[in-house]
Amino acid sequence: MSVFKDAGHLFRFAGLFVLAFILFLVIRHFVVPKSFGQYGHYRAASIGEIAAHQVKYAGHETCETCHAEVFDVKKDGKHAHVNCEACHGALAKHADDPGAMTPTKPDTAVICARCHTASAAKPKGFPQVVPADHSTGLPCETCHQPHNPGMDAAAPKAPVKAAGGAK
Amino acid sequence: MNISRRQILILLPAAAVAWKSVLAGTPEASPNYKMTDHWWSMLIDIPKCIGCGNCVRACQTENDVPDGFFRTWVERYHVTDYHMENPEVISPDGGKEGFPVAVADEGKYFFVPKMCNHCTDSPCTQVCPVGATFTGPDGVVLIDPKYCLGCAYCVQACPYGCRYIHPEKKVADKCTLCYHRITKGLTTACCEACPTGARQLIDLKNPKDPIHEFLKTHDVQVLKPQMATGAKAFYNGLDGSVR
Repeated sequence: MSVFKDAGHLFRFAGLFVLAFILFLVIRHFVVPKSFGQYGHYRAASIGEIAAHQVKYAGHETCETCHAEVFDVKKDGKHAHVNCEACHGALAKHADDPGAMTPTKPDTAVICARCHTASAAKPKGFPQVVPADHSTGLPCETCHQPHNPGMDAAAPKAPVKAAGGAK
Repeated sequence: MNISRRQILILLPAAAVAWKSVLAGTPEASPNYKMTDHWWSMLIDIPKCIGCGNCVRACQTENDVPDGFFRTWVERYHVTDYHMENPEVISPDGGKEGFPVAVADEGKYFFVPKMCNHCTDSPCTQVCPVGATFTGPDGVVLIDPKYCLGCAYCVQACPYGCRYIHPEKKVADKCTLCYHRITKGLTTACCEACPTGARQLIDLKNPKDPIHEFLKTHDVQVLKPQMATGAKAFYNGLDGSVR
């Protein structure tokens, strides 16, 4: 034991070290969330928390379960691939409980113009008009059924001045 | 307790199976969703974008994004022959209410929707000092708002400018690729609202996803490939002037 004769201070220091390390492990055990490190250097439980957020756009499959007749109108038209909520807005609340929230009918002057107002920045093949020239102020749905906007789908209810026309 | 070699050999595969199911994991809100079955990403088809701003509005509604901040936004480029390197780029209010009418001239115009690229080797997750942001097992870069300190290192690190500090929560915020939707089998809000199909949610681990055929047959790029971020927002028909 002569080797350790004057080593008492070293053992006390080592003991202190061990104690501090145990204290560190104890604090760490309580401070670090349980799921931290499950998949990587982050709290795995946060993935579930983010996944639990509320959905606001119901999705067109949900709309179709009740509004199949609209899909029948849409399916052959140019708007077949425009989803319901692209124009009607987020309607998950309506889908959850149709009575709780009734969607308002979109204003075609705003909704249609958003996509179809002529601009040199839009792709060439995309149907575009100068609204003032095209409809002489009449609402779009006078001639175009928004769910199937082709002219053969709905006969014009009122004559439209030809001048200007589709550009 | 003594464990024989026979018992060890029986227990080891069982432990391996158990550990594998732990690694696969399922977000608690979506019991049928298995993270390791997916590698999510987005396809952005520039020639189809009409700059209507539907995606920006849908994203703000779906994710309660505060006014003046954007998880996705649309830029309009105007490139002239003599200024390929210096395009004129506008994005009024992120393109939320559309764009002013462009008059045809000698230059060309096009729209570029931008969003988090959900990089495989994200610079933003590498700089986080507390492990508050990470790439999940399904390839989506997420932020843990309870862990984030709001130090904004990640905001500076993102080469695409996709992050911001939420003005009320004071934590970093960005696109989650609508994680709460895709784990339930829905598409993202921006894809749902896009009228032309210019944005498409893709799952690179799904062999039936049409993206595989698309990537084979189209000229697809990612933004800033020289940064080696492993960006996963694929742009079809991207002009060289886009930064």
